[in-house]
Amino acid sequence: MIRALVAVATCTFALAGCADFGGKPKGPPPVRFNEDPYPSTYARYPGVPTVIRHATVFDGEGRRIDDGTVLFADGAVQAVGGPELASPVGAVEIDGTGKWVTPGVIDIHSHLGDYPSPGVEANSDGNEATSPVRPEVWAEHSVWPQDPGFSRALMNGGVTTLQILPGSANLFGGRSVVVKNVPARTAQGMKFPGAPYGLKMACGENPKRVYGSKGTMPQTRMGNIAVARETWIKAQAYKQKWDKYYADGGDMPERDLAMDTLMGVLDGKILVQNHCYRADEMANMIDMSHEFGYKISAFHHAVEAYKIADILAREGICSAMWADWYGFKMEAYDAIKENIPLVHNAGACAIVHSDDPNGIQRLNQEAAKALADGRRAGINISDEVAWEWLSRNPAKAMGILDKTGTLTPGKMADVVLWNGNPFSDYTRPERVWIDGALMYDANDPKRRPVSDFELGQPGEGDTK
Amino acid sequence: MMRRIAVLLLAAASPLSAQSFAIVNGTVAKGDGSQPIQGGTVVVRDGRVVAAGASVNVPAGVQVIDAAGKWVTPGIVGGFTRLGLADVDLSADGSNDASSDGPFSAALDVVPAINPLATPVAVNRADGVTRALVVPNVGKNIFAGQGAVIDTGADMDPITRPRLFQFVELGETGKDKAGGSRASAHVLFRNALREAAELRRYAAPAVSSRAGQAVEPVVRNPNESRVYGPDARRSEDVLLTRFDAAALVPVLQGRQYLLVHAERASDVLGVIDLKREFPSLKIVLVGATEGWTVADRIARSGIPVIASPVNDLPASFEQIAATQSNVGRLRAAGVNVSIGTIDDSDTRNIFWERQYAGNLVALQRVPGATGVSWGDALAMITSKPAEAIGMGAEIGSLAPGRRADVVIWSGDPLEGSSAAEAVFIDGVRQPLDTHQTRLMQRYRYLPRRDLPEAYRH
Repeated sequence: MIRALVAVATCTFALAGCADFGGKPKGPPPVRFNEDPYPSTYARYPGVPTVIRHATVFDGEGRRIDDGTVLFADGAVQAVGGPELASPVGAVEIDGTGKWVTPGVIDIHSHLGDYPSPGVEANSDGNEATSPVRPEVWAEHSVWPQDPGFSRALMNGGVTTLQILPGSANLFGGRSVVVKNVPARTAQGMKFPGAPYGLKMACGENPKRVYGSKGTMPQTRMGNIAVARETWIKAQAYKQKWDKYYADGGDMPERDLAMDTLMGVLDGKILVQNHCYRADEMANMIDMSHEFGYKISAFHHAVEAYKIADILAREGICSAMWADWYGFKMEAYDAIKENIPLVHNAGACAIVHSDDPNGIQRLNQEAAKALADGRRAGINISDEVAWEWLSRNPAKAMGILDKTGTLTPGKMADVVLWNGNPFSDYTRPERVWIDGALMYDANDPKRRPVSDFELGQPGEGDTK
Repeated sequence: MMRRIAVLLLAAASPLSAQSFAIVNGTVAKGDGSQPIQGGTVVVRDGRVVAAGASVNVPAGVQVIDAAGKWVTPGIVGGFTRLGLADVDLSADGSNDASSDGPFSAALDVVPAINPLATPVAVNRADGVTRALVVPNVGKNIFAGQGAVIDTGADMDPITRPRLFQFVELGETGKDKAGGSRASAHVLFRNALREAAELRRYAAPAVSSRAGQAVEPVVRNPNESRVYGPDARRSEDVLLTRFDAAALVPVLQGRQYLLVHAERASDVLGVIDLKREFPSLKIVLVGATEGWTVADRIARSGIPVIASPVNDLPASFEQIAATQSNVGRLRAAGVNVSIGTIDDSDTRNIFWERQYAGNLVALQRVPGATGVSWGDALAMITSKPAEAIGMGAEIGSLAPGRRADVVIWSGDPLEGSSAAEAVFIDGVRQPLDTHQTRLMQRYRYLPRRDLPEAYRH
């Protein structure tokens, strides 16, 4: 432990020294290894210039426009405004009277593809539960793009982007992948271009249960933290070797896939998505992030976020939450229905997430419940602001807010036209565009994806 | 804080008791499939509904509750639940009684396992769930045991009707319990009922004459038969304990409902077929995710269905044809269908049923889908599950004479954003505080005070 601390200090000193001497190489010049060996091949599908008029618009940035107009073309949002907004020549006009337009829903926590339907053992690819530390695995290598769940999330939930995470058996579960909800033959074909990777971390019951029951560490919460800290110490040393190499050249250090991921976190390139339920444990994880110099992007399943909403606001950490799940295990025992609005009310970043192939189809309704529970507790948040929980805030926590998550000119045209107020149980998506391409139309059976698995099966192409 | 103190004072001053009252000016939905009535009245006397509707007179001298701007319905009846059997599902010894791996199966009775003080009971009560069918999980055998109807009242007497039904798994779970094949599950099932048939003499005295005659086995398909009759002595061919076999006597005789879980279309038909060999069985199908593909045959059988409303994924090979239109299509075909939380947080989130029901209403506006009317949707979470197990005359609607399980909602109860503002069970007004509401009050404001949070109570 002491040696490691010394090493860190030396590293800092050495780097400063390098800068002072103009970074003169002491060996062969450094070669950067490929950080994107499984690159996105996603290409947006063709769309037509489209104008939706007379709809109620939630732009995802807290704005509501009655009798609003949304214009998109060339895959991007062009303009959002009132009835005065002019249409370009040849644009398809859609009458949105009585309907709502929002940015596409973004689920920051999904296991679609990794735990697909049918949920048989042969398809169970979400937890590399062979060691509590597996940052070397990448969720995208488990994603089965034929999971029928993607289509349900699109058609019933208006979900246009989702983050697929490895499971929570491990303290370090591996890398997440962000995908656009557009069917493809390969996972690469769904991969969101330019989205940063996430690192799935977990605290609490799951790692200690999975490994404790095998008689290995961690068996306790203190074991969770100890193993995680030891791992970060190794990661720091690994990063030091590479920093030195990139500064001075010489022999390339030996690659370690697991440490590559953690170095990416320490470099700020990979965002930490931390499964953690209890307030006290979240505080421990925050301290650990300070100890090793990384940032937690979001706590997932943060059922006790309301107890430390002020700390989360101060730290700038998002909380991804359910509306009303509770009590299914001890660390969910103190879940309350006002969690999401309380977190929002404290000035922290609130996100509605699903962690569920069925729940992902109703994230809008989940937000509606939380919103109403908050109002009953005297927290008055408007519908249009609450929509931030469904698109803006998850995009922010996933590092893609510059590309999607709001109806802002220049961003991807990920748009949902709802057949009513999306905070009602009686409302469903009528049309969903992804990058300006119409990927779902309730009135057109041809605009309804059917996975390979469902072809020739009972119910193929049903409305589902 | 003031509100909580007021509640406590009220509770201290007067023990919970049934009262006579009238709820006026609300939007009243009776739970019988009819549409809601604006400005309706509900009259309750001595724990029973006296009248509900548009032109109902308020009797002199009863307490009047003004529900202007509110909705009034019967309490939600959980169609298929494990409510009261578990406080915490996972890794918390002592908190979960939902299934048994012990030596007995059909003989198990959920009554001694139900804890009316379990947190989920209060949470669901606070959301307008007033009754629930409580079903044990299977252990080692395809038979799970005998379920009950409970109320969610804040008292120590939760049982409305004990041992009302037996539960058996005959789909994929049953297959697993039977050693890996559905064929095995069906043989086990038949064998069990035949063991019960031989034990008729051990049954309760009420069995003897009329009901007894109905159970004489009639084998119309030789492939269905195995060893039974005078030569099949129990001592030579026993798979069930005597307790378990005895517990199946009332099932065999049609004195106890038999809830059968099956999802796959072929399994559903297999369950319907059981009636040919055992015509006295009072079967209720549970699940039936693929039921819509054989809806006409279910309808002809007259067997009611308690279905999962929003299963739309091929989550398993027995649910390949899953669609949210299942319930609507069954309803359209004439099946008596209601909603349960089958294998879906059935120990705790019964309150999701009203949101699910609202989702079925939404399907009316989705081209190609089959939804249900608002009135039907409410009935499917109130009167319909009650009717499926023969309790429709007692609970589940605001018809005269029914137990006064009444909820006043902030708005349309099929909207998840609405909340229960007053809940009556048997005419008794219920407390709505829970572990959750107390936590919310404690942490509503975070700034540090003179004493730690633990002193805020």
